[in-house]
Amino acid sequence: MKTFARMPLSAKAGLLIVLVFAFAAIFGPWLAPHGEAEIVGDVWEPFSTTFPLGTDSLGRDILSRMLWAARNTIGVALAATLLSFALGMTLGYVAAVVGGWVDLVLSRLIDTIMAIPTLIFALVVLAVLPPSLLTLILVIAVLDSTRVFRLSRAVAMDVAVMDYVEVARLRGERLPWIIFREVLPNTLPPLIAEFGLRFCFAFLFLSSLSFLGLGIQPPAADWGGMVRDNANAISFGLIVPLIPAAAIAILTIGVNLVVDWQLERSSTVRRRA
Amino acid sequence: MRAHPLLKLVAQRLALGLGTLLVVSVLIFIGTQLLPGDLAQAILGQSATPEAVANIRAELGLDRPAHIRYLDWLFGFLRGDFGMSLANKQPIAEMIAGRLTNTLFLAGVAAFVAVPVAVSLGILAARFRETWIDKTISIVTLAAISMPEFFIGYLLIYIFAVKLLVAPSLASIYPGMALPEKLGAVALPVATLSLVVIAHMMRMTRAAIVNVMASPYIEMAELKGLSRWRITVRHALPNALSPIINVVVLNLAYLVVGVVVVEVVFVYPGMGQLMVDHVAKRDVPVVQTCGMIFAATYILLNMTADILSILANPRLRHPK
Repeated sequence: MKTFARMPLSAKAGLLIVLVFAFAAIFGPWLAPHGEAEIVGDVWEPFSTTFPLGTDSLGRDILSRMLWAARNTIGVALAATLLSFALGMTLGYVAAVVGGWVDLVLSRLIDTIMAIPTLIFALVVLAVLPPSLLTLILVIAVLDSTRVFRLSRAVAMDVAVMDYVEVARLRGERLPWIIFREVLPNTLPPLIAEFGLRFCFAFLFLSSLSFLGLGIQPPAADWGGMVRDNANAISFGLIVPLIPAAAIAILTIGVNLVVDWQLERSSTVRRRA
Repeated sequence: MRAHPLLKLVAQRLALGLGTLLVVSVLIFIGTQLLPGDLAQAILGQSATPEAVANIRAELGLDRPAHIRYLDWLFGFLRGDFGMSLANKQPIAEMIAGRLTNTLFLAGVAAFVAVPVAVSLGILAARFRETWIDKTISIVTLAAISMPEFFIGYLLIYIFAVKLLVAPSLASIYPGMALPEKLGAVALPVATLSLVVIAHMMRMTRAAIVNVMASPYIEMAELKGLSRWRITVRHALPNALSPIINVVVLNLAYLVVGVVVVEVVFVYPGMGQLMVDHVAKRDVPVVQTCGMIFAATYILLNMTADILSILANPRLRHPK
């Protein structure tokens, strides 16, 4: 509670945004007045008491679709981020702790993958893989794990040369123990802030793919896909495609505000120590 | 005589860049072979007849071993022979030629607008650090970075094309169009792309200058009683030049990727749009070619960034 009171206004706003979106993602399907793909009215009906945000290109209620989409979009982005951390951290720690040619091979391979623009590589791979949620999560996670690898390798490098790690080695501990019991607990703080940034990346990346028609497939609701479905409405002066796009932007800004505060805080703590 | 160390550094970067390019071509090739099972079947879907599958297999040369297909593709690519599209049986080189020029035009105009604006804003923010000018610039750019490109794009369409009626919402250009007309047509996509890269470049420019401003010789200049402007521009800027050049070129590389989404928003006939269309059609040869061209541009720009920042570093120019 004390931490909350001392938070700057921007971080409070960010936290509020994140909480509201989390609430929508968890309870969205129960809050939504209509089904995910239920056609309930005419095409692009204006805002009214029946349809608070109007209807979309097929006559589906936009408020309901927004709420259903919260779970799909945030869920897939979160799953991809978790997987990318599991993958990137494991490889990064192994590279830092084992060192030698393992580190060399992993680092070179990952540098090369990072040399290709993420979206372009994803497009190449998506041209042959079957369009499914699993594919999407895997593609985003693998491409994103390269960044996690870089960071976790860098922070683990500093810890891996500490005396207590050397002691653990001499004690004859195995690799998993060294990684999870010695290195991991001491490298967690910078990685937590990174988690927010990587989530933003995965979330924006997924939205872009859906907007391009290559992400979450219809009829499932998804914010990027909703922008695409309703893009033509804008030439009739309707703001329909801006609603899901704004949701994406607001959540990203919210997470960024919290991460900024977190980074600021951890750097001042370190300076004081 | 020993070679100049600078020359050696540059040659090393060149070799590294070309090596990366080669490995990336392998990765992109593997990327399209990832599918467990049969690529031909995947392209055509479950309901395909065995004859159609056999046809596609022959067309893609799937009966030959993978490394032979890779070498074929690579040498074809180097000669400018990209093969045929699966979707419309046209030579890929013809499909791409005009599109590539359009994409480079869009990215080029955006760079021309964004670079000077971003660097000036960065210097301004660094000069007025911790004042309301700096804070406003910082909040606006953070917001711009957090927004997906398509949100900025549609927002600009809504404001300028639908409400104010000052710019076209679709960026349709055709061969033989006069330059002023062309520039008018791409005004909104250029603005969208610029906003995103300006935000990045400006933040990095500011950070680079602020970083230099912390050095003792700047304090010396302050104690000598020089004006803030003179210190920022004459003393801090030259030493921040190397990271600034680096970030400018990196953002140009980012432009190359950013165009994909922006082209789709504005239905602009560029290579990004082409690539996205053909991913949906599972037209592997076209996707491979576009992917390789995008990746190559990106890598070459990154290599240029490395080399330029070596050249801009005075300490490396005058070896001891």
